[in-house]
Amino acid sequence: MDRYVCNICGYVYDPIEGDADNDVVPGTAFDDLPDNWECPVCGASKDDFTKEE
Amino acid sequence: MEPIEIAKGIYNVGAVDWNIRDFHGYSTHNGTTYNAFLIVDEKIVLIDTVKKPFFDQLIENISRIVDPRKIDYVISNHTEMDHSGGLPRVMHRIGEDKPIYCSKIGEKNLAKHFSQKWNYQAVENGGTLSLGRRTLQFLETRMLHWPDSMFTYLVEDKILFSSDGFGQHYAGPEKFDDQVGDAIMIHAKKYFANILLLYSANVLKLMETVNEFGLEFNMICPDHGIIWRKDPKKILDAYVEWSQQKSGQKVLVVYDTMWNSTEQMAEKIAEGVSREGVEVRPMNLRHCHRSDVMTEVMDARAVVIGSPTLNNNVFPTVSDFLTYMKGLKPKNKIGAVFGSYGWSGEAAGVIKSELEGMKFTMIDPGLKIQYVPDQEGNEACIEFGRKIGKAVKT
Repeated sequence: MDRYVCNICGYVYDPIEGDADNDVVPGTAFDDLPDNWECPVCGASKDDFTKEE
Repeated sequence: MEPIEIAKGIYNVGAVDWNIRDFHGYSTHNGTTYNAFLIVDEKIVLIDTVKKPFFDQLIENISRIVDPRKIDYVISNHTEMDHSGGLPRVMHRIGEDKPIYCSKIGEKNLAKHFSQKWNYQAVENGGTLSLGRRTLQFLETRMLHWPDSMFTYLVEDKILFSSDGFGQHYAGPEKFDDQVGDAIMIHAKKYFANILLLYSANVLKLMETVNEFGLEFNMICPDHGIIWRKDPKKILDAYVEWSQQKSGQKVLVVYDTMWNSTEQMAEKIAEGVSREGVEVRPMNLRHCHRSDVMTEVMDARAVVIGSPTLNNNVFPTVSDFLTYMKGLKPKNKIGAVFGSYGWSGEAAGVIKSELEGMKFTMIDPGLKIQYVPDQEGNEACIEFGRKIGKAVKT
């Protein structure tokens, strides 16, 4: 599963870890995050993320 | 500092830090100010506080206008401690139950700075708060320059309280742009280069939003330095220009030296650049502060970095600068490297790969000279400088 980087603040969404701040369980792929999910660090939307190279 | 009435019923009640010279690694040759604003309407509101040791100055200033306990609301535009450090004592003084308006992320971040159960009121982007006769509107400005950053706009007066945006580390007798004139622009430029450069894309986006919503500003009040009241457009235009990261025909030669050989190379390289009719500025990192060098990087087309090799590595001041510059993400730069060495000569190669990592366009494998440059070495440096000068002109 791919990791995604926030273009705004540099936070990396790692599907292995999920996102405890937003109640996203470990193992959740980036694509499966809800559309209204926001970066836990800076609040950017999903559109502001790029797949990590 | 005494409170200054910047518009009817609106005061700068902040503090002056005349003697600070190192602001978290940024050289503040003129000190700085921590501006905080009091608006007296049917409701009384305090926008931002000051760095912790300056609380007494803040509260004295507020007290000259109103009893601090009469403050109804506090706005926290930015969590960083030079603006929030005074908050615990302010809340204690005005009443712990008074609402603190901040961004959603501001609420999270303030909670991580101060273990207080304050009455946080997280605001939405574009949300408003009525003060009676006047209205405040909140604009989220994420990553300008922290995730929590926001601006507060006083709708009827068209005054923007812009937190760190449009600020300058400058403490002087002048309090407004019309009093200080163009001399303030170098301080604003330094602030942008050292705090905001990496968020240039966000700045441009913000400017688009401002235009889209047709926001007009009679006054822009940053949390540091002077207030823009005569010509707020000047600093807005400068931000657009700086964000675009356009550079002039200018070459910066940044270096340090052990036994003057790398310095000699720097001077000869500069001579070569000059012969091409291109502006050049050599800066020795032992004498020039990283933040002053960064200000020059911002509008230089080429950044040429020189270091002697010390114990198979880059000289420490040069590593310091590379780390600092890397974080600020300058764009559209030409790069070149040079240095004197004794026996192994790794420095130039290490710097070159660092600059490549920063996406600089490298125009040469680098110029290395063993020990002291002789006549031939000097000529090689001049030639190297000419090559850089030519690259900048094309």
